[in-house]
Amino acid sequence: MTPLKQKILGDSVRVLNKTNLALYRQVLRIRLVEERIAELYSEQEMRCPVHLCIGQEAVAAGVCMALKRDDAVMSGHRAHGHYLAKGGDLKRMMAEIYGRETGCSKGRGGSMHLIDLSVNFLGSTPIVASIIPVATGVAWAAKMDGIDTATVVFMGEGASEEGVWHESLNFASVHKLPIIYVCENNLYSVYTPLKDRQPDRPVTDLAKAHGLRIFSGDGNDVLAVNDMARRAREHTAAGYGPVFMELATYRWREHCGPNYDNDIGYRTEQEFQQWKKRDPLLHIENIVSGEGAKSEMLKEIKNEITEEIDEAIDFAKQSPLASNTVAEIDVYAK
Amino acid sequence: MRSKAPSPVIRSQRSMYMQSKTLTGAEAILEATDLVMEEDEKVIVIGEGVPDPKGIFGTTLGLQEKYGANRVFDMPVSENGVTGICIGASLKGWRPIMTHQRVDFALYALEQIINNAAKWHFMFSSQQTVPIVVRMVIGRGWGQGAQHSQNLQALFAHIPGLKVVMPAFPADAKGLLMASIKDNNPVIFIEHRWIHNIKGEVKPGSFAVPLGKARVVQRGRDVTIVANSYMTVEALRAAKLLGKHGIRVELIDLRTIKPLDTETIIKSVAKTGRLLAVDSGWITGGIAGEVVAMITTRIFDKLKAAPTRIALRDIPTPSSPGLTKGFYNTYRDIVESVFELVGRDVGELKKVWQAEDRENKVPHDVPDKSFTGPF
Repeated sequence: MTPLKQKILGDSVRVLNKTNLALYRQVLRIRLVEERIAELYSEQEMRCPVHLCIGQEAVAAGVCMALKRDDAVMSGHRAHGHYLAKGGDLKRMMAEIYGRETGCSKGRGGSMHLIDLSVNFLGSTPIVASIIPVATGVAWAAKMDGIDTATVVFMGEGASEEGVWHESLNFASVHKLPIIYVCENNLYSVYTPLKDRQPDRPVTDLAKAHGLRIFSGDGNDVLAVNDMARRAREHTAAGYGPVFMELATYRWREHCGPNYDNDIGYRTEQEFQQWKKRDPLLHIENIVSGEGAKSEMLKEIKNEITEEIDEAIDFAKQSPLASNTVAEIDVYAK
Repeated sequence: MRSKAPSPVIRSQRSMYMQSKTLTGAEAILEATDLVMEEDEKVIVIGEGVPDPKGIFGTTLGLQEKYGANRVFDMPVSENGVTGICIGASLKGWRPIMTHQRVDFALYALEQIINNAAKWHFMFSSQQTVPIVVRMVIGRGWGQGAQHSQNLQALFAHIPGLKVVMPAFPADAKGLLMASIKDNNPVIFIEHRWIHNIKGEVKPGSFAVPLGKARVVQRGRDVTIVANSYMTVEALRAAKLLGKHGIRVELIDLRTIKPLDTETIIKSVAKTGRLLAVDSGWITGGIAGEVVAMITTRIFDKLKAAPTRIALRDIPTPSSPGLTKGFYNTYRDIVESVFELVGRDVGELKKVWQAEDRENKVPHDVPDKSFTGPF
């Protein structure tokens, strides 16, 4: 229910929407996990690059809540949120970032190589757009197998500058594959602004030219994202072909690492503050509060999540460091 | 698991296989593909021109008629994208065979091959495998020049996680391809264009030639020649000629260049004390250098002479026959190298070459007289 509707209908019809509360919980959870990573990073125990998604959590939460368990998800370098929203195990993610034997890739991958097959999060890889054809192949397999699932691959807008992205969309369109390309347009590829990389036309035009159904909207409005993703899933799973979703959002912290970097000169503090006003967490918090979620309840949710994160950090830190000898490493599959 | 009646094309070829055991390399590759597709309905074939009238030098002819458009695909001209798509399909249990008519086209796909196919099993801690075969054609001659006949096997052999297979003879081409398709790892299957027309005895039915195992083609005590793919053919010719000059050659055909069968090579060189490594690729960072380095570091004390190698000089391939003469290595370069290795006078060979030149009318830029182009 939108705040506007509430205003019109009045307090009497306020009902706590369970989906909205779950979306709030997920956005908050991703935010708190990422903030904890940022906080602990200086300990130098997480010895791998981390690409935090603070400011972009609504895309992960909104899209994944629209999916079924059998639907596959793949992602790129900024994947923590996608992994968690699809149901990936938090303990194993933290252990992976800490390089532990108990990590989701047993310490062989680090933050950029997350996987949890039990929830069909099939992997993330950091080369821009490199995962996109692989996800397209997963969708192709589902079609060949006659399985009624959708595949989602998350990408940044920079990926639309890679040839392989176009190749994948073309193939998906020719074969009418059940796949959703979810583009988080955060306006920057590392430090390079979109206007220096693409002409002044919507990224969706590119996908449209490849024959995809397109959606675009506010990536910081988790309800809008969720609604769009539901429609996208319905469309593609019904056999009507691939979908491209462009979601406007903003990366709050540096490209890679725990810090803010508005002072180094490639973007302005003012721009950041404008986007911060559109905080995806605050947005959904206001909605669920408007629907009657009491502040004690929200505090309780936050406490639960904090406890879950504490446990995950303890689990990771207490796990043994990955320590396969060279002879034990299985480069080849049996 | 045959769902449809075989097409006339395949049936006639099949009956030909059963009656005669002589196949060309290209026919052997087709038969291997056909047999594995019959056995396992998860095997699919995709590549530019796979179902077209030429069928990748005849290696895919009739497959789409027999197995249908749901298992045998042409593709958009998107080498990198489709490689990634095959990787994705393989994660879900399909076994794609992707073909490239030239290795040079496959270079677009290095990103997917090196970053994803080779690494997936390792970087996700063995949770998933990527059982794909990527067929690539290398070659020489007929003016194909700098971008249509590069011998880039060393590039792929450099990458941990890939297996790189290079057959020479039809029986190995069939057995190695069957093993490659059944292997749970990404396999780069490199076919030298000049092995497609070589004829040889091939057993009917399914069989696998194990990957990572070299074959001793000919036994001898004086010198070991280690070769692969088409250069094995040149080396065999050289070995026969050397035999006439009293030099007994042990010839090893690597068959798989990654992982290298170090055991077979070491065993042989420990016996002969002399090594000549031959490769069709470039010399710097190449397979021949790798074999020499491996032997030198492992059994230096067993060597009677400094190991030597034959490979291409570090210049791009030219086109004109006026320029390719002398560019490619032949059995003569091998014979002369072996003469030097065993301390014989290369001058002895002058008359041999002159006599051959009078009789031999096959131009240097074709595998045999039957080859008349265009590719």
